[in-house]
Amino acid sequence: MRRGIAATALVATLALAATACGGDTKGDGGETKAGGELSGTVTWWDTSNDAEKASFQKIAEAFTAKHPKVTVKYVNVPYGDAQNKVKNAFSSGSEAPDVIRADVGWVADFASLGYLDEVPADTAKKVDAEFLPQAAASGKYEGKTYAVPQVIDTLGLFYNKKMLADAGVQPPKTLEELKTAAAAIKAKSGKTGLYLRGDDSYWFLPFIYGEGGDLVDAKSKTVTVDNAAGVKAFKAARDLVSSGAAVTNATDGWTNMQTAFKSGEVAMMINGPWAVADSYAGDQFKDKANLGVAPVPAGSAKAGAPQGGHDLAVYAGSKNTAAAHAFVEYMTSQEVQVQSAKDLSLLPTRTAAYEQPDVKASEMVQFFKPAVDKAVERAWIPENGSLFEPLKVEYTKAVTGASSPEDAAKAAGVEFRKILKGWK
Amino acid sequence: MAADTSQSVAKAAGEDAGKNSGAARGPRRATANGNPRPGRGLGRALATHWYAWAMVAPVVLVLGVIIGWPLVRGVYLSLTDANERNVSRTIGVRHIEATYEFVGLDNYTAVLGDPVFWQRLVWTVLWTVACVSITFVLGLALATMLNRQFRGRAAYRMALILPWAVPGFVSVFAWRFLFNRDNGILNKVLDGGGISAVPWLDDPTWAKFSVIAVNVWLGIPFMMVALLGGLQSIPGELYEAAEMDGARPWQRFRHITLPGLRAVSMTVILLSTIWTFNMFPVIFLLTRGGPGDSTEILVTQAFREAFIASPRDFAGSATWGVLILALLMIFALVYRRSLRKQGEVW
Repeated sequence: MRRGIAATALVATLALAATACGGDTKGDGGETKAGGELSGTVTWWDTSNDAEKASFQKIAEAFTAKHPKVTVKYVNVPYGDAQNKVKNAFSSGSEAPDVIRADVGWVADFASLGYLDEVPADTAKKVDAEFLPQAAASGKYEGKTYAVPQVIDTLGLFYNKKMLADAGVQPPKTLEELKTAAAAIKAKSGKTGLYLRGDDSYWFLPFIYGEGGDLVDAKSKTVTVDNAAGVKAFKAARDLVSSGAAVTNATDGWTNMQTAFKSGEVAMMINGPWAVADSYAGDQFKDKANLGVAPVPAGSAKAGAPQGGHDLAVYAGSKNTAAAHAFVEYMTSQEVQVQSAKDLSLLPTRTAAYEQPDVKASEMVQFFKPAVDKAVERAWIPENGSLFEPLKVEYTKAVTGASSPEDAAKAAGVEFRKILKGWK
Repeated sequence: MAADTSQSVAKAAGEDAGKNSGAARGPRRATANGNPRPGRGLGRALATHWYAWAMVAPVVLVLGVIIGWPLVRGVYLSLTDANERNVSRTIGVRHIEATYEFVGLDNYTAVLGDPVFWQRLVWTVLWTVACVSITFVLGLALATMLNRQFRGRAAYRMALILPWAVPGFVSVFAWRFLFNRDNGILNKVLDGGGISAVPWLDDPTWAKFSVIAVNVWLGIPFMMVALLGGLQSIPGELYEAAEMDGARPWQRFRHITLPGLRAVSMTVILLSTIWTFNMFPVIFLLTRGGPGDSTEILVTQAFREAFIASPRDFAGSATWGVLILALLMIFALVYRRSLRKQGEVW
């Protein structure tokens, strides 16, 4: 009797499995392209932060004014969860967005998995001709263009002009100067000099570039995070915290950083253009002129910050690719880029946009543009995005003092080689 | 029974046993009742018990779909090199075929040979033992207190069940706000008392303490309610008799309450152990396994393998899952055996 049940259960399972495989559900929201006019729905997953999202939603929905038959469905997905959510949606195909805002580090990953629809040839030509070359490079994978750059960014040193002036210090140019400045600020006001983000390994990059190193060398297929420069970078980051020049957190770093900087608990932070709109909302920056931005402090070798940004890409399984590509073109148009530069201090990716008066008038853009030109381009490999998670574990440990810089560098190297199979 | 019938029955049963030994018991019993019917064993069993089968079928189907199939698939994936790049997927109209291969036990040797697994296992066991024992002791204490008659007992009981009524992720996020080092209420309160900020979630040791505290807070209502039920089933006469014999409160507790609760507590400890061992939300939402990887337990590590690394390592993650299942099964078996030795029926 018992075995009979087991046999029946097995048969039932197999039968169900077979039907489950066969029954493919098709979503709705299909497209019709009647007489060359775009129609249907375009769902856009945006990853912009709380201070930016209202502006982007307005811009996105204005697409309907140009194409009355197209409905834009705006969905804001928190940046931290976005890579996973996008992958889940793309691999199952259900409820998948038509257009995504992808971090420049994700494009190669998504493209290598076959999730992205290639940018139409004429648009791709325009991207090559009219966009900043380092931005255009981020949308390419194996020589094909899969994404159109929307914004470009890098990290800079944000500082509270008043607090620095009160302490009688200039914006520090090197980590040594930073420590001196922090000591002066502490002596003057009792506040801490710098907030150093400890729960996100993107903030580790200025340190390793500052020591003349890099995470990996894609040309020679070598992991370089654990070489001498890498160890020095972990040491430099830890030194800022242990010397009291900086405070850090292992969790809730973004919120704590913004709260501390906006309320004047710290005088400086390292951050990107995406933080400008939110910082202006703080008590300390009611007078916008109080916010200053300088290049990231140099390490022992040079000053270097990563080139970042966001690209817009179309899902290969989208049922409305024509409208989706048109939407991407609209969202990356000069007009839209100038507007987001003006409203949100975000940096355009079109060369010509920098000639517009509104962009020229933005102090933040004027600072960040030269910084972006000098920013370090990352290796655009599919594994790019996945290096940050294991690096985060080691970076957090090193910064908070849970492990030594040497051990952190070594462990990061071991994890990287697990991801980059066959690399030295 | 006539001799000729019984002979033919034996023969028929013998034939059946040869074909389908599992179903042989059914027909033999049926024929013994003097109701010999021709046909296959299984078919006859179905005919006799069709109603029972029809009743059981939905459950079997549901279990098969939500437990059986994922389990079989997980075990299979753990024996392959499946990852995000080589599994089959459908992107719009394009279908990409699966290209992963069977690799035998390679994944298991890789995971078991990696010190990471053992580090996670040690912390998972510590975390489970700490959480279950603290939850049990506190739950028992609260249940004993609430088992007496006093004013407002119902209100207290309600208040203590509250953590259970709030969705887990909501309370974990609330705790996360409380624990925030720079802006959290806990540190503000401590600061008022002149105590410098405690790095609740920023220091490996404090983070371990914090996750255990939150899990205990979440787990107490269940323990309390279950033990309260157990307490109420202990006959009051036992206590009266003990009191007559001059037993002190501690002796009454030790010799009446504890033995009386044994059946209930054994069950809740087993359940609690299994839940805590796999308590994903508390760890993931509170610390994401951090700072660094200091609060990472086996399930959160399995999640990390599957969803955070890219390309997603389905095979590696399935291997972790199967190992976790194996550990819990071994635990349940040992536990059950030890209970049997003590003469419990379970």
